[in-house]
Amino acid sequence: MTPLKRKESFEHYIATLKYSLYCMTHPLDGFWDLTHEKRGSLAAANTILVLTLLARIMNLQFTGIVCQQVYWEGINIFLYLASVLFPFLLWCVGNWALTTLFDGKGTLKQVYMASCYAIAPYPLFQFPLIILSNVITVEEREFYLVLGSLSLAWCAVLMIAAMMEIHEYKVSKTILCTIGTIFAMLIMIFILLLFFSMISQGIAYFVSLYREIMFRM
Amino acid sequence: MKKAMKRLGALAAAAVMAVSTPVAVHAEEGYTYNYDWWGDVQYSPDAYRVAGVFTAKELGLDVELSSPEGLFVSGNMVYLCDTGNNRILELERKDQDSLEVVRIIDSFRGGTGSSTFSGPTDVAVTEDGYLFVADRNNGRILKLDMDLNYVLEFTKPVDATMDQTQSFLPRKISTDSAGRVYCVATNVNKGLIKYEADGRFSGFVGASKVIYNWTDYIWKKFATKEQREQLESFVPTEYDNLYTDSEGFLYVCTTNVAEAALDDGTAEPIRRLNMMGNDILVRNGEWYVIGDLYWGEGGGYEGPSLITDVTALDNDVYVGLDKVRGRLFVYDSQGRILFAFGGNGNMDGYFKQPAALDHMGRDLLVLDSLDRSITIFTPTRFGAMVYQAIEQFQEGDYEESGETWREVLALNGNYDLAYIGIGRTLLRQKEYHEAMEYFRLKWDYENYSKAFKQYRKEWVEEHILLVILVVFGVLCVPLGIGKLKAIKREIDTADIFMKQ
Repeated sequence: MTPLKRKESFEHYIATLKYSLYCMTHPLDGFWDLTHEKRGSLAAANTILVLTLLARIMNLQFTGIVCQQVYWEGINIFLYLASVLFPFLLWCVGNWALTTLFDGKGTLKQVYMASCYAIAPYPLFQFPLIILSNVITVEEREFYLVLGSLSLAWCAVLMIAAMMEIHEYKVSKTILCTIGTIFAMLIMIFILLLFFSMISQGIAYFVSLYREIMFRM
Repeated sequence: MKKAMKRLGALAAAAVMAVSTPVAVHAEEGYTYNYDWWGDVQYSPDAYRVAGVFTAKELGLDVELSSPEGLFVSGNMVYLCDTGNNRILELERKDQDSLEVVRIIDSFRGGTGSSTFSGPTDVAVTEDGYLFVADRNNGRILKLDMDLNYVLEFTKPVDATMDQTQSFLPRKISTDSAGRVYCVATNVNKGLIKYEADGRFSGFVGASKVIYNWTDYIWKKFATKEQREQLESFVPTEYDNLYTDSEGFLYVCTTNVAEAALDDGTAEPIRRLNMMGNDILVRNGEWYVIGDLYWGEGGGYEGPSLITDVTALDNDVYVGLDKVRGRLFVYDSQGRILFAFGGNGNMDGYFKQPAALDHMGRDLLVLDSLDRSITIFTPTRFGAMVYQAIEQFQEGDYEESGETWREVLALNGNYDLAYIGIGRTLLRQKEYHEAMEYFRLKWDYENYSKAFKQYRKEWVEEHILLVILVVFGVLCVPLGIGKLKAIKREIDTADIFMKQ
């Protein structure tokens, strides 16, 4: 790769990352262009996801005591991150699996990219909110709570708009598809649990078999 | 990478060790504990130690006590209802570690009926020197003077609301400073029976609110008569015991509590009643005043704590006695738990079937009806310090209170109330930043917020110049940039340059 090419790709990355701000304020237009005009990039999508995870951790560590009390004995950082990442990835896979059956135009890559762009308000709000939470009193806590819920509501609206544009759906079909995706996620969790319990029973069988043989020998 | 693998290996080995070798680790378990902000058990140094356990042998009695039920303390005199032997023992605590029999009361002079007792269950002594006895099986409450002459008796209330076919079984009594008598009687669920000083029945006090499930209510509407009879009826709960505190309010307790109601905080096993019979107990603690928060099935005991007796010290600290696990729960006037201690067993400081509780100063006396003994607890240095700090704060000696809390903290670093106590003293001394740290450590965000508000105010006043500069900068920099851009644009598009 020539130095010039690298610079170009870096500029492209910055531009695509900046594009997430445009998507936030112009969801319908923004998410259409995201894939159809190739104005988004996977690298930027990954960055947004990593920033979201970072915001989750920083939220845990640095939010003021007035707004949040953390039971540190009960925190497992990997489980905590998985509690965001796992449902998110499940959403992407579930949505893709469902929409391919119902004339959705988006590929898994596009679903993932759009979903990442849709959750951009969360880190964008969360970082200033963490600072805010440290300079407010109990009486002013409502501001924090309202802004926090606002960012989540914004994410939800963006997510629905993103799915609509990616799959070229109408509003009604998008909402139906969203509900369907949630069910798909539940089914996947059920199958995963089934799978893990089967595997663990299978392993337990061989372990006990081995023990029995060793005992007899 | 190798290091990480090694660590993983060590972890796996440790896990295997933990599973394969059953090591009984009970190092953290103790006799005394309390609940922290999260509701976790925090073991603490003992707040009370046993000063003595007194059975018939120690008291020098020739007859064993027989299922004693009532206990009353007046000054340094202890009155004990030896229910099974139909007598009352008057004991005197001459010094810290002794308890001596002064006289055995088994009959009195005068009166109309029998001049002996039959299953006396409770006793009370007023300051003006009258002895009240709940003579259960004779269905009366006796008022005697100190020379055991009959004065008055309180009998079954003649009232339309009272079922006259049922026998009257007064079980627990308490008197107030005006000579009124309050009585808990078996099978009476309308609250406490209240008698005026002249022996007249004047009504029921403090019946608990009836709480019922609306699904049960609807079900009852449709159920047949037979089904309705099978269902539990919605009646107010009976009280188990009562105690008149130094301000004349009545502490009452009940063991008739549902687990679900305890969990969601609607059940109130300990109440403080005013003259109107309304519950005025302060419940500002993080947790409900229900004794134990967790009801494991360890040791063969299950279910919630059942508070069978209650007593209130002069510093508004009150103590509940749990008959299930034999524990004492000590709460401050705000309903925050100070300590819990005790247990079931044969050792000193453990009980078999605790029945009654009273206090002598700060010492606690517990009557065990199965073990037939009185256990006297006296505060340790730690317990005395906690009381001292609370009393100093109540009296307004905030600085001394803070100092005492610091000493408590030196004895028990896990004691939440010590941190909060120090924080509150610092708050009074306007040491806001330091106070914030103490509140933060024990999650008291409301007090933290109070301290922070003041700290923030001070900070802004000190750094007013900086604040103005920042606000100015935030407002003016974007404006300035816009202006600069406009000028640049004007220059770029100016006619004199375009012509070239």
